[in-house]
Amino acid sequence: MTTSNDNGLLADHTALAAGLPGAGAGWIDALRADGAKRFAGLGLPTRKVEEWKYTDLSALARSRFAPCCGAAPAHAKPEIPAPLVKDGPQAVFVNGRFDPELSSLGGAPEGITALPLAEAIAQMPKLLESYMGRVAELGRKSLVALNTAWLADGFVLHLAKDVRLTRPLELVFWGDSGSDGERSAWHPRHLIVLDPGASATLLERHIGRTGGHFANSVTEIAAATGASLRHYRLQDEPGDAVHIATTEVALSAGASYESFVLSKGAVLARNQIAVTLQGEGASASVNGAYMGRGSQITDTTTLIDHAAPGCTSSQTYKGVLDDRSRGVFQGRIVVRKDAQKSDGHQSNKAILLSDRAEIDAKPELEIYADDVKCSHGATAGELDDNALFYLRARGIPEHEARGLLIDAFIDGAIGTITHETVRDAFRDHAEAWRQEGGT
Amino acid sequence: MAIAQATIDSVGEATDKYKYGFVTEIEMDRAPRGLTEETVRFISAKKEEPEWLLEWRLKAFRHWLTMKEPTWARVGYPPIDYQDSYYYSAPKSDADRPKSLDEVDPKLLETYEKLGISLKEQEVLAGVRNVAIDAVFDSVSVATTFKDRLEKDGVIFCSISEAVKKHPELVKKYIGSVVPYSDNFFATLNSAVFTDGSFCYIPKGVRCPMELSTYFRINASETGQFERTLIIADEGSYVSYLEGCTAPQRDENQLHAAVVELVALDDAEIKYSTVQNWYPGDENGVGGIYNFVTKRGVCEKRAKISWTQVETGSAITWKYPSCILKGDDSVGEFFSIAITNNRQQADTGTKMLHIGKNTRSRIIAKGISAGKSQSTYRGQVRINAMAEGARNYTQCDSLLIGDKCGAHTVPYIESKNRSARVEHEATTSKISDDQLFYCLQRGIPQEDALTLIVNGFCREVLQELPMEFAVEAQKLVGISLEGSVG
Repeated sequence: MTTSNDNGLLADHTALAAGLPGAGAGWIDALRADGAKRFAGLGLPTRKVEEWKYTDLSALARSRFAPCCGAAPAHAKPEIPAPLVKDGPQAVFVNGRFDPELSSLGGAPEGITALPLAEAIAQMPKLLESYMGRVAELGRKSLVALNTAWLADGFVLHLAKDVRLTRPLELVFWGDSGSDGERSAWHPRHLIVLDPGASATLLERHIGRTGGHFANSVTEIAAATGASLRHYRLQDEPGDAVHIATTEVALSAGASYESFVLSKGAVLARNQIAVTLQGEGASASVNGAYMGRGSQITDTTTLIDHAAPGCTSSQTYKGVLDDRSRGVFQGRIVVRKDAQKSDGHQSNKAILLSDRAEIDAKPELEIYADDVKCSHGATAGELDDNALFYLRARGIPEHEARGLLIDAFIDGAIGTITHETVRDAFRDHAEAWRQEGGT
Repeated sequence: MAIAQATIDSVGEATDKYKYGFVTEIEMDRAPRGLTEETVRFISAKKEEPEWLLEWRLKAFRHWLTMKEPTWARVGYPPIDYQDSYYYSAPKSDADRPKSLDEVDPKLLETYEKLGISLKEQEVLAGVRNVAIDAVFDSVSVATTFKDRLEKDGVIFCSISEAVKKHPELVKKYIGSVVPYSDNFFATLNSAVFTDGSFCYIPKGVRCPMELSTYFRINASETGQFERTLIIADEGSYVSYLEGCTAPQRDENQLHAAVVELVALDDAEIKYSTVQNWYPGDENGVGGIYNFVTKRGVCEKRAKISWTQVETGSAITWKYPSCILKGDDSVGEFFSIAITNNRQQADTGTKMLHIGKNTRSRIIAKGISAGKSQSTYRGQVRINAMAEGARNYTQCDSLLIGDKCGAHTVPYIESKNRSARVEHEATTSKISDDQLFYCLQRGIPQEDALTLIVNGFCREVLQELPMEFAVEAQKLVGISLEGSVG
């Protein structure tokens, strides 16, 4: 069944793993070995796996990658943008490796630990051991398994009780082909732990130069009672990259999680977000916008699991698809047996701008409790002719009118971002995307 | 809240009693237990079928041997031993087929009378209730009413076995044209062993003068029922077709794997309504029918197919009536009410494949789960690249009664055409406390209020049913509420 070893994704794992940070510590060795074993067994998912019905990884499976985690410095000089919020902390990763020189973390205030994973493994092994691989359980998720096999670099953020991180922590991922010119794959692993009442804002930017890299990140987030996290992602990878990001979130009572993903880069991008509402009254607001042109595939797969009573969740997604691009939206809301008074809503709307674009949506409700309010809606269509006519009748040229309508449409999702600076920046990025296409 | 409990109780009470659970003692003529090529040949020989049909059956059978039972539906049941069942069971009196109703085994007629669809009554009341009935008992069609009246208009309505003999050219042309023999595990099994079913042909431009109806009943024990229905509406014709099903109460599970094929040629319209009330098993999930059905229709230019179903029976329902909207401007509709109680499981929905330009489809699905049952809506809407101006609207609502049941929605929405508009909405909730309170406040007793709300919930679908069925369906929906009065 598996051909995973053929493309070098697991090449020399046993030998290389011995040299990874923390090797020798029982739990971390076991975790990596388990990941490797499961990935070897599962291989990359095929379209026969229901969750991957619409997204085909066979091109990725045929690609060859340089052995993982070798020191692959950048081929070109990375261009790192200034932090979105002036003088905010910024951690920079180049080809999956933390780059201390490009980063500017500053001195962390009392109660905040913000470290690259390798350092965290040395400094706070206990915390890592109790969370890593527990929020994002391996199960049958082969890409999480692959990531776990190479668990080495990434970022760890821990906030003590009632600590608030005021400025957003920014993680920048810059990638290219690496100095040897070979396609490379990296597997960043992040852990965010918020103690009771803590709150933080996390911003990720995924950028780079062409080189056909494969970024397979896994982020584990655990928010204790009353903690809250805002998590924003701008995915603007180069046009030949494959970007797969798995985020698994566990929320305790009264905790809240807000997420927004703006997906516009990469030839194939998949954002899979799973939120488990474990404690009473937890809430999740999981939103995003996806834009595709050329032959891009952009896939959003969410799972909101209402495991405790009285939780709320909402999802708002908007997509604009041009040329031969394809959008995939799979959103699932589960309400478990005792999760009464659950409130779960989801909406996915897509606009097709071209005759060859395609949208595949699969919104799912799986409900085992009766006192719930759950709904989902999905639409697909083109720009509203009437609205277009209205604008044109007022002397706005077609080109501009279309632009206005697309911006307004996307804004319906971007408007859910509660951090003002981020919202404005994301809006600009969405508009820039549209203008690049000449619309 | 007391109301919730009252609702649970009333639903339980009402669906506890399965009033169709009697057995009719009739001498049966059966094929030997098990399924081999011999069984297929036996069935074909019994039905005196032509060589081509036997070949087709054998092709299906051989293909079936290579297939695996599907497991993707959200239903669970112990593995079925396909060798431990009878594949052909006919009332003995079939040996000399009844020429008119007078010759039909009186016991059979009694059965139908118990069911409230006396064939005799049908004939007597001709013109009052204009419904022609083809009754299929176990696997064999026993009587078709109103033949003469239908023949006047050139409408052919008979059992499929009879059609094979009398109209082989039509059967040969269309059988397997919508659901090919290799379609899916259960449809392929059906293609190999189908024993009877209804056949209907409406000639060009004819509006069928009455509603056609088939009544299916599984009577014998350890028997599977595999009927095959084929309806062809020629250009510009119209037919409304009703299908009803019941089965006796038994503590083993019985398999029902039917295939229904509809062909709507240019400008034709077929309205297909089902009230499915197979024995659902008892409250502990013992016994009941496994209802694995493939229903599909193809629409040519400007044709319309409308599926309406009320699914209250069966231990397991696995059924997705679909429309292939092949011709430009064709229309597909699907209206469904699925009620599950106790340990019933239903995984049902539809597929709308938009191929032609300006094709339209509408899906309204209402699921009501009670007891420990699980109900799933699973549907697909696919807009092909050529389907300019296609339009789909889907609405799936689930109502939960009690906290031990589940309601799930799994739609697949695929659009490859920019000018197509696809809309999907789904909601899940329990009976609204506010609505109940509103009714109670106005002096409407609790039970009536529940009836009112559930009826309101299903109304969009109920009003799609033809008169004859609407009454029965409303009763079936209503039973979830009756009994709580007094």
